[in-house]
Amino acid sequence: MADHVAGDVAGQSAADSAPVHVERATKASRIFAVLAAVVLAALISLPWWGDIGWMRLIAEMAYYVALAQLWNLLAGYAGLVSVGQQAYVGLGGYMLFYLTGVWNVNVYLALLLAGPFAGLMSIPVSFAVFRLRGAYFAIGTWVVSEVFSLFASLILVLGAGSGLSLTVPILQEISPDRDVRGTMLYLMTLTMSLFVFAIVYLLLRSRHGLALTAIRDSEPASASLGVNTFRTKFIIYVATAACTGLIGGLIFLQKLRISPEAGFSINDWTVVVIFMVVIGGIGTLEGPFIGMLVYIALREFLADYGTYYLILLGLLAIAIMLKAPMGIWGWVIHRYDLQLFPVGRRLKLESADDASKR
Amino acid sequence: MAALLQLQAVSKHYGALKAVDDVNVAVAAGEALAVIGPNGAGKTTLFNLITGDSAPTRGRIEYGGLDVTAMPPHARSRLGIGRSYQIPHPFANMSVFENLLVGAIFGGGASERESYKRCSEVLKITGLYDKANLPARTLTLLQRKRLEMARALAMQPKLLLLDEIAGGLTEYECAELVKTIKEIHGRGTTIVWIEHIVHALVSVASRLIVMDFGQVLAEGDPHEVMANPRVREVYMGIPVS
Repeated sequence: MADHVAGDVAGQSAADSAPVHVERATKASRIFAVLAAVVLAALISLPWWGDIGWMRLIAEMAYYVALAQLWNLLAGYAGLVSVGQQAYVGLGGYMLFYLTGVWNVNVYLALLLAGPFAGLMSIPVSFAVFRLRGAYFAIGTWVVSEVFSLFASLILVLGAGSGLSLTVPILQEISPDRDVRGTMLYLMTLTMSLFVFAIVYLLLRSRHGLALTAIRDSEPASASLGVNTFRTKFIIYVATAACTGLIGGLIFLQKLRISPEAGFSINDWTVVVIFMVVIGGIGTLEGPFIGMLVYIALREFLADYGTYYLILLGLLAIAIMLKAPMGIWGWVIHRYDLQLFPVGRRLKLESADDASKR
Repeated sequence: MAALLQLQAVSKHYGALKAVDDVNVAVAAGEALAVIGPNGAGKTTLFNLITGDSAPTRGRIEYGGLDVTAMPPHARSRLGIGRSYQIPHPFANMSVFENLLVGAIFGGGASERESYKRCSEVLKITGLYDKANLPARTLTLLQRKRLEMARALAMQPKLLLLDEIAGGLTEYECAELVKTIKEIHGRGTTIVWIEHIVHALVSVASRLIVMDFGQVLAEGDPHEVMANPRVREVYMGIPVS
């Protein structure tokens, strides 16, 4: 029926037109997919050939890239520049410690519940912060996170100011063997990171991604074309919070201790993540990966220089923002039109012969 | 003919400024209505009130027999109100084709499959087909204005609001645009068109509204309205001697 209507507006040409072809992949993306699969296989097999130090580093990279993808989805697509995502990292972490420590819930189940819990908590938060725009929204989200942090430091069952530790029996639920446990945690983190990336990627490839990309480029125009901008942003906010909560649970499962300062740390869970996304390229799927690699590389190479390392990091951020405001990958897209994770839809044009017949 | 759109005593005030002041307009289904008026007369504000981009201070807006006064823009567009913005708002980093898909899928309620075909057709009638896969940011201003219209058309609107899409066109381009708009109108789409180029308007519209200081100054047959001495004074700056 809708096709019939389409014919009405498009006119007589609809009747004789050949089926329309749309491409969703590019040559570069197909080559890259093979490469990515090889890297992934290498990472999965790491426990059998790498040491625990490597596994720790890669696990950290994995959860940081997941946090970066989520923040990019929020800020780079939905236009929700939150500096309060640490709220959900902390909530997820605390939920894990509380459920396992106080209620003796199985550690895996507790981890699975941490995500939905953070998502649930984000709903009332959204009612408050969605009334704010731009910079006010950013500050509002930060304030909310500080409120959570203060609450955590007041509640005795959460260990108040000193926080909570994971006990040995809880860890033994994962595995009594320390090495096996390390491997398990590594693989869990890798899986989670892959899961988060898959969600973000599939979402952006779907029609909802089309709406999100439109909102990113012009909110009024997307509303005038039928996109429910409020609902889209709300769903993204809640889904992002849930995934962030899950990551928070996993992060603190590896750290074994949580405190209000560590759980709700704006520096560790938001500032660093913003650095990665902005340097790598906001509003692109490739950007968070690049930014994470840049950050980790700088940190590993410059760790011995103490404060100078932070100064250098700041200078680099300023330099990139001045020279390539769209970030490293944003610059690549502008220059080479290269997409490794294509989310677009490319219309296969009819040949010039066909077109001239009209 | 039944009124598709009806504005009843609609006002929009910004503090002391009466951008739109007690306007009553009815647009019949299938009509082509032209709106002219000097800069700042409230023409674009009127569009914003119809689409829901801004809320009226007073008054009531009916569309298709529904009271849409408090309805958000996306809901109105799903009912068939499409618009072009005077200052183009392209989705700059999406391709031209994807710009149209947004309209077809969300405003037009098409499935993804349908939308491909529909948008490809709209690209052809609006002359943007060969630009389909280019990022919208690479378009010239004139192409961006075309894109504004094409995007709205991909929704298959019942009511199409065009805000100065012919400004800056050459004589030939303008004639081409008029041809396209006539064709769209000929297929039953109701059109309200704001423009300064009167001869282009008159060749499409059967009725003309002149706005000044937020109010409707004159209304009726385009040729008669343009002959009205007050309209000549306000609009063309020709003093009535």
